[in-house]
Amino acid sequence: MSTTTPGPLQQTSPTFVGMPTFPKAARAALGNTQQRKNLRHATATIRGKRARVVAEVPEWEALRVAGAEAKDEALTHLGDYLEQLEASLVANGATVHWARDAQEANRIVLSIVRSKEVDEVVKVKSMVTQEIELNEALEAAGIHAWETDLAELIVQLGHDRPSHILVPAIHRNRSEIREIFLREMGTVGRPAPDDLTDDPGRLAEAARLHLREKFLRAKVGVSGANFAVADTGTLVVVESEGNGRMCLTLPETLISVVGIEKVIPSWEDLAPMLQLLPRSSTGERMNPYTTMWTGVHEGDGPQEVHVVLLDNGRSHVLADRVGRQALRCIRCSACLNVCPVYERTGGHAYGSVYPGPIGAVLNPQLRGTASTIDKSLPYASSLCGACFDACPVRINIPELLVELRGQVVEQEGRTAESAAMRAAAWVLSDPKRLAGAQKAAAAAGRVVGTRTVRSVPGLGAWTNARDLPTPPPESFRQWWARERGEDDR
Amino acid sequence: MSARDEILARVRGATSDVVTTPDDRGPVPVVEETSPGGPETLELFAENVADYRAQVVRVGPSGVAGAVADALREHGCSTVVVPRGLDHSWRRALEDVATVLSETEAATHHELDAVDAVVTASAVGVATTGTIVLDHRPDQGRRELTLVPDTHVCVIRADQVVHDVPESVARLRPGPDGARPLTWISGPSATSDIELERVEGVHGPRTLVVVLVAGADS
Repeated sequence: MSTTTPGPLQQTSPTFVGMPTFPKAARAALGNTQQRKNLRHATATIRGKRARVVAEVPEWEALRVAGAEAKDEALTHLGDYLEQLEASLVANGATVHWARDAQEANRIVLSIVRSKEVDEVVKVKSMVTQEIELNEALEAAGIHAWETDLAELIVQLGHDRPSHILVPAIHRNRSEIREIFLREMGTVGRPAPDDLTDDPGRLAEAARLHLREKFLRAKVGVSGANFAVADTGTLVVVESEGNGRMCLTLPETLISVVGIEKVIPSWEDLAPMLQLLPRSSTGERMNPYTTMWTGVHEGDGPQEVHVVLLDNGRSHVLADRVGRQALRCIRCSACLNVCPVYERTGGHAYGSVYPGPIGAVLNPQLRGTASTIDKSLPYASSLCGACFDACPVRINIPELLVELRGQVVEQEGRTAESAAMRAAAWVLSDPKRLAGAQKAAAAAGRVVGTRTVRSVPGLGAWTNARDLPTPPPESFRQWWARERGEDDR
Repeated sequence: MSARDEILARVRGATSDVVTTPDDRGPVPVVEETSPGGPETLELFAENVADYRAQVVRVGPSGVAGAVADALREHGCSTVVVPRGLDHSWRRALEDVATVLSETEAATHHELDAVDAVVTASAVGVATTGTIVLDHRPDQGRRELTLVPDTHVCVIRADQVVHDVPESVARLRPGPDGARPLTWISGPSATSDIELERVEGVHGPRTLVVVLVAGADS
């Protein structure tokens, strides 16, 4: 832990305040058999794709190290690189804004949009604008924010919440998507064709037609960024469908909201990142489209370019020497796809826009562990370690989960469990006490005999899913003393 | 305190344990696959471009004009927009098969939306990923040109193809004359958002034809 005063925590948005604990939300999700089926199919597919393209790269481990080092270099000298990024952006004609929290970022975006006298913006899929709930802020001010990524469109039209970082509608299958398109597209623009089938090609075509008119007329685009290069001032957006290119190229004004942890030090650091991200994320050698822009390019694309640099809890995470590695995250979602817990519960149970293993460490760090959901997230894992193996920037998620569990326990003070653990520590720290306890257990064991202990009063939650091992009639030390007949201490 | 100053102060406070300076790292390490040889790199490039369902046409230098015209004919494109710096001989060949518009004749988004195809040169190709990078110089045109029409025919020379991503990044580093916008293209527009099933063709060009120019004419 650092000794300096860390930045403030992120405020949990009203959407997630009062969320049930993870186990409670997970139990509800597990009852949804359709969703479990959709998730199992989708995560298995993408795991296979990722494994194939990662196996093609003999230097994969060296790449992971290079990726982690690039992010660590940026994070440990973040003040310097942020100032350099700002200077590079300004030198290339961009306007840079700084936002301490979600409210401030939304206020900045809203004031730019208002100054353009428009009532709509087109949006590139962006985790950070979900985090700050920009769409809700814009809608409240009477401005439509059109999501243009196919999965985001499905979520938006379905009045739903995203459940995966990369494939936000992973919990929906094709026939559900067809129904949403038929029912909702006409209410906000060009309706879906009457003869729409649930063929994915036809569904994608319907989205193409529905969104094209919005792309062609939009005056303002809103995006995030996958990377922000400090030494050149270049922003990078990695995507597949071309909706990103549309939003980044066609509008006259572009506003990009960028978390301060997105900075990478130099242009050359793009090399490992562009090798790591697509293979980890969609399981492709390279994603179909990547756009890189550096401020304003005369006669090409938006002629007014704004960049909003956002803190919103990140400086708080940065102050923790162990926890700061979570800020390396490039939002690839590989950890979600390999997680046995995520595969069964889906993303909604995590109570945040960041689900899965990375969400289980990032949310309690960004928002603190005061709420019931954030308190329960560090336990949303079996600590199997698959997430660490899959992480392209080597975030040791299991290590962070254990750290956070420790924090939650400290903060909770005395509970039955902590009293039991303290008693156990007292017994185990002295051989005489241990021998005494073993004798007592053996006596209890002789009473129980061969019966199985299925529940113990006061330990209901623990013994719900576990049988207690029957105490042996004799401890090893007792057996040793009896057989060898010496020194029964 | 301004938001800027406050965030920078928070960040500096959070990293007060760090004793190194930004310069300590030295040059960025390069992790890449080395080329087994020029012809192998070119083979791999063609293979990987085709693997993501772009169409690859291989020609000698004198075959380019014919190949771009054939591509338009094959895909039934009757209008084509061309960037102002496009090779004149290619443009003349296109005039035999389609109505050719210059960049300024398709100036608005809606005008561009009515055009079937675009033909451009390119900046760099990457073999290990099957990627083409456009840096939007005059022979490639402004970005929307290669985005709105549904068919993109893209010409790349063998000497523009590098083996792995780091070499490409190095070639594209912004120079003293200022940074150029870049578009990295790997196959046609695609999505896997519905049950993780890959579908080619969402918002970008649904047809991508790559004309790979290699060797000398006999």
